[in-house]
Amino acid sequence: MTLLEVAGVSKVFPGVRALDDVSFALRPGEVHALVGENGAGKSTLIKVLTGVYRPDAGELRYQGEPVSFATPMDAQRAGISTIYQEVNLIPLMSVAQNLFLGREPRTTLGLVDRARMDREARDILAGYGVTTDVRARLGSLPLGAQQMVALACAVMIDAKVVVMDEPTSSLEPREVETLFGVIQDLHERGIGIIYVSHRMDELYRICDTVTILRDGKLVHTGRLADLERVRLVALMLGREVSDVRREGFTVFSGDHAAADDTPVLRVSGLSSRNRLHDISFGVRPGEVVGLGGLLGAGRSETIKAIAGAYPVDRGEIEVDGAPLRHPTTVKAVAAGIAVQPEDRKAEGIIPGLSIRENIALSILPRMSTFGLVSDAKIDEVVDRFMKRLRIKAAGPHQRVGDLSGGNQQKVLLARLLATGPKVLLLDEPTRGIDVGAKAEVQALIDELAAEGLGVVLVSSDAEELVEGSGRVVVLRDGAVVGVLTGDDVTTESLLATIAEAGA
Amino acid sequence: MTVLAVAQRRAGHAFQRQGALAVLAVVVLIALAAFPNFRSPDNAATILVAAAPPMLIALGMTFVIITGGIDLSVGSLYVLGGVLASWASQYGFVAAIAVPLAVCGAIGLLNGALIAYTGMAPFIVTLAALLGARGLMRAVSDEGSTTYIVQNDAFHTLGTGSLLGIGNQVWLVAIIVLLGMVVLSRTRFGNAVYAVGGSEDAAALMGVAVRRTRIGVYVLSGLLAGLAGTINAAKLGSGVTVLGAGMELDAIAAVVIGGTLLTGGAGTIAGTVAGVLLLGVIQNLINQVGDLNSNWQQVISGAFLALVVVAQTYLVRLRRT
Repeated sequence: MTLLEVAGVSKVFPGVRALDDVSFALRPGEVHALVGENGAGKSTLIKVLTGVYRPDAGELRYQGEPVSFATPMDAQRAGISTIYQEVNLIPLMSVAQNLFLGREPRTTLGLVDRARMDREARDILAGYGVTTDVRARLGSLPLGAQQMVALACAVMIDAKVVVMDEPTSSLEPREVETLFGVIQDLHERGIGIIYVSHRMDELYRICDTVTILRDGKLVHTGRLADLERVRLVALMLGREVSDVRREGFTVFSGDHAAADDTPVLRVSGLSSRNRLHDISFGVRPGEVVGLGGLLGAGRSETIKAIAGAYPVDRGEIEVDGAPLRHPTTVKAVAAGIAVQPEDRKAEGIIPGLSIRENIALSILPRMSTFGLVSDAKIDEVVDRFMKRLRIKAAGPHQRVGDLSGGNQQKVLLARLLATGPKVLLLDEPTRGIDVGAKAEVQALIDELAAEGLGVVLVSSDAEELVEGSGRVVVLRDGAVVGVLTGDDVTTESLLATIAEAGA
Repeated sequence: MTVLAVAQRRAGHAFQRQGALAVLAVVVLIALAAFPNFRSPDNAATILVAAAPPMLIALGMTFVIITGGIDLSVGSLYVLGGVLASWASQYGFVAAIAVPLAVCGAIGLLNGALIAYTGMAPFIVTLAALLGARGLMRAVSDEGSTTYIVQNDAFHTLGTGSLLGIGNQVWLVAIIVLLGMVVLSRTRFGNAVYAVGGSEDAAALMGVAVRRTRIGVYVLSGLLAGLAGTINAAKLGSGVTVLGAGMELDAIAAVVIGGTLLTGGAGTIAGTVAGVLLLGVIQNLINQVGDLNSNWQQVISGAFLALVVVAQTYLVRLRRT
């Protein structure tokens, strides 16, 4: 019997087919891995299963009956609980209040029975390895403990299905063990678990079955133990292990012989809490170094750490031989680091402003005299970069929000280049832009490197990464697990390195 | 974390919870020593009676602010409640209380429903209600020119009589405040109020009826503002149409001085009580100092408010580190 299943489900958002005829089935007591790269449709599928979205087509069946959840609350009441990536509790309320919110035990007078609530909360949490003052504000607990409270919360409401979205991403190794113990317990009690994670070791340790999504489509479902790691990775990334196409999709010219051997960027021993472990690599002028790995491997975190936007516990960063101590974004920019963030809309461009204004933003501080900037100067710079990057627009005063994805990306690049950087950090520079524009952006990256910039490239597109980079540093679980150089820079060896068991 | 930081944090939490009470105690002690007139039991009774209507308004405001909202309509509802109570007193005691409560409660319901269902900002919705209720009050009082006289003796006694030397309305307000404390800290509705203010999304996901909670606090706020106007009318013996402007701001000030976070999610009624009494005592003291213009009371209240908000900002920052 299946506990929860969807058949032929589709969900369309403006411009995107987030789910396309996907079927998924969860049996009682099963730990089911749901994997796929960014934009594969995992989150959408989860949201359909938990009542956040209504599917445009397809049927949702729960315990054999067709159901339709209007809200997440309906799903939760029916026994489908979700633990979200970011802990979804109320930090200002006590641990016990969070645990019992909406179902507080009551005295005969109808008042909340606090003594009983605290006592029960203590007992329940002890089962999750959390021993803390349950009257303390939840926000005062470490993140791992908060997540355990969230899990306890989900299980408490008599859940039959528990969805865990990257539950271990903020946990310490010891807490991960506790979590696995809890999952084992849920498994024995016949509760179905949907487990989303990118950590291969975890998946193979605790999951029975796997469903792989890519670009909104179901690409594989079956027993996890029967699926080789390298095959799993290949399916996720959409590459046939045995049949890797070496050309055609990207227009990178490949190697730029590095001008000299002094790295323009040197990173050594970079560590950050439990996300980054001892990451070291160097980038020479004219070189494009790719950061490979799956989502959550620490690629974006590495880039952000170098740019001063992610906390660093240990490690050294050198730009052109000068150490960058306690990096902040301001210091990083001053040292010559330009970063193009992963989410162009949220962290990069300002859609309501014009092209000119967007480009001018970054150069205002360095072009001003006594706080004033001459319009002519700005016009000159803007004009230069619009031509240089071949930005297609009605003119410099067009709103950036009205441009195509590719041109938006170019405006962002122009803004970065206008600061005269030595190192360019690019996180997914071609995501979400169409094929033609993609090729142009890739060609630009190529040219920029050829002119002597050091480039660090992150891309989930294995092909793009391999074609575009002279070297690829492969990350897994926040640590460097291999470096591909020379003839080894192939999709095959990239996949093999990503999939390798153990550290 | 250093010992100092822990101490700082503890002191911070304590200040947030009991700060207003501590300041109130200090101010009262100084006043007892410095002002002979302040010591008389009569004066204490005066302070309490004067604080009764603002206390009710601030009580409702505490619920609203803990959900992360704001209710600007209460000043207008206070006046409207008073006028309606005086007018309805001709139909008896029950009508004198039921009519203002029904009307003000209905306006609160409208506020709550608009905020909960359309997602409009509470500031705007209740600002509209402020204007609307003021208009309604003017309409029923002929542009404010008709003053209704309370025509029911029982109702008038509610405002003027006393029990054990303490005014009836002080007893009434005390009971309502105690009930409010129980509701906020010991019921599911109370927990939901904190949850909605703490994180609306999380609350919804955990099964809290967010909309119903939001509507609930605005209805409560409307009812309490109406009741405040009602007991004030009972005391004055008439529905005065010119008082009440700015009452909403005094209430917000008292709530915030009492340690409730304007961003929602945390606060106590005990703090609000201390905040209301503090403002009341300051007013009283300024009246004691004969040659001081009573407008100075507002200057001092304003200074307190600024101080508390600065302290709160500092506290929030402490908590994040």
